[in-house]
Amino acid sequence: MSAAETTTQAAVTLQAEGSVARRQTWSRASRWILLVATLLGLVVLVILGIDNAIVGIPSLDWDFLSNYPSRFAERAGIRSSILGSVWVLVFTVILAIPVAVGAAVWMEEFAPQNAILTTVRLNIANLAGVPSIIYGILGLAVFVRLMELGPSILAGALTLALMILPMTVITSVEAISQVPPSIREGSLALGATRWQTVWNHVLPGAMPGILTGTILAVARAAGETAALIMIGAFTFIAFDPSLSFNGLLDSFTTLPIQVYNWTIRPQPEFRANAAAGIIVLMVAVIGLNALALVVRDRLRRN
Amino acid sequence: MSIRVRATTPTDDQAREALRGKPAAEHKPSQNVAKPEGELAFSISDLSLWYSGKQALTRVGLDIPRKKVTALIGPSGCGKSTLIRCLNRMNDLIPGVTIEGNVTYRNADIYGSDVDPVEVRRRIGMVFQKPNPFPKSIYDNVAFGARVNGFRGNLDDLVESSLKRAALWDEVKDDLKKSGLALSGGQQQRLCIARALANNPDVILMDEPCSALDPIATLKIEDLMRELATDYTIVVVTHNMQQAARVSDYTAFMLTDEEITGQLIEYAPTETMFTQPADQRTEDYISGRFG
Repeated sequence: MSAAETTTQAAVTLQAEGSVARRQTWSRASRWILLVATLLGLVVLVILGIDNAIVGIPSLDWDFLSNYPSRFAERAGIRSSILGSVWVLVFTVILAIPVAVGAAVWMEEFAPQNAILTTVRLNIANLAGVPSIIYGILGLAVFVRLMELGPSILAGALTLALMILPMTVITSVEAISQVPPSIREGSLALGATRWQTVWNHVLPGAMPGILTGTILAVARAAGETAALIMIGAFTFIAFDPSLSFNGLLDSFTTLPIQVYNWTIRPQPEFRANAAAGIIVLMVAVIGLNALALVVRDRLRRN
Repeated sequence: MSIRVRATTPTDDQAREALRGKPAAEHKPSQNVAKPEGELAFSISDLSLWYSGKQALTRVGLDIPRKKVTALIGPSGCGKSTLIRCLNRMNDLIPGVTIEGNVTYRNADIYGSDVDPVEVRRRIGMVFQKPNPFPKSIYDNVAFGARVNGFRGNLDDLVESSLKRAALWDEVKDDLKKSGLALSGGQQQRLCIARALANNPDVILMDEPCSALDPIATLKIEDLMRELATDYTIVVVTHNMQQAARVSDYTAFMLTDEEITGQLIEYAPTETMFTQPADQRTEDYISGRFG
């Protein structure tokens, strides 16, 4: 009797069938489709990288890093363009970051939240999407000509600072808005002023985000060519920038400009130099991005 | 009269119309408001408040005695948190707030034109619903208020005495460098109380200080409140009627009905309130018939 009961009570099927099977097929397929999408980008990058490495690595030695440019490909190096890049980037950061963080703090902590502020926010987001050549034209008109700075390190840093400003403001605003309001309330309820609250709690809390944004912006500025060519940094530099205020008015070149310079030469030997320059630039930019990750993780943990 | 239930749910528009139809000036404040004896900490009269035009308090008036525990009770949305935040001007920080009426603190107008909210908040401390220690060490949490207020004394002694008053010292004295966030919820809340005490305030406002805590941590905080009431004025918002009955000397019952948002229904010594409430709605609420 009991055996008969067990047989009549059919076992539950837990195998996928019907609609579940169809949905699962689609789900499994989507995984591969998405993988292909990821690989497409990656494969192109790897092929370009390998191709570039094959051409560039033979030229990459200490002489290449420490020589000034030359009209002989085998003697040409990137000393002045590395120094120019470092110098310009240092001043770009000094000029852009305090302004960007200040603007972000004002917008998040002090400004009346009204329609004008919304318009300002929207326009800053738009500015972040403006092509860099436009900043170059602005830099040429205002810094090089109007302020008579010439095609100098200072003019280049000012131009790049303007270029990365919107992006840095946006990431800083984002970082500041992530600081929980309860922290602000706790601070204000203890009789701290708004500024004391910003300085002691909001800025330390937003620091990982602000630093990450800054480093990414610097990476973008490091690879910038068009804006700097526009202000006239496309020159032959066979000296180090001098470490003085007057040195700021020296003309300069940067790594991406040097690479561009070599690629448009007719002699095929310069192609190898350009490829080697690209390797140096890529290592620097990837290094900066990695630094951004490490800094963010380190600060988040504390 | 008990709470009427509307046949149809009012839409927002209707609700707003109802509010417009009955301006604050027409609402007659409750008669069941006791006058506490002795010295007063706060005197609130005819206080109304709007968040961007939406009324949250309607003509609230009561006196809060010094060095006593006063509890504000009532169901969600009755305006008790809004009221307590008026006492140290925390509502100023919310954009679009309009406040009418009078709040005096020991005979000084809190909303006077020459009053600095920072000075108000230094004297009138606050503890929030969710413990909100700063992501810094225990020591720095307690010392923060003193530091920003330019304290010139022995900071170590101040931190120790504040943590002792908040009944936390024995649990944390060996690792003051540890992050405040590493403590348990109840410890965090006592850290927040210690932080408020370090400022040497006259008043401590507590906005549902135990609602995020377990029963044992809650009891500890309640004991602490009773103890602190010998030196400090304490105003506590609570959802929990038993808590109000256990810790407070005076109780205010607030309510939002479909016509008036954030009104004071009754204010009396806690014992009277819980044994012989004057208003039927108070009785319904404290006997658990709604809310």
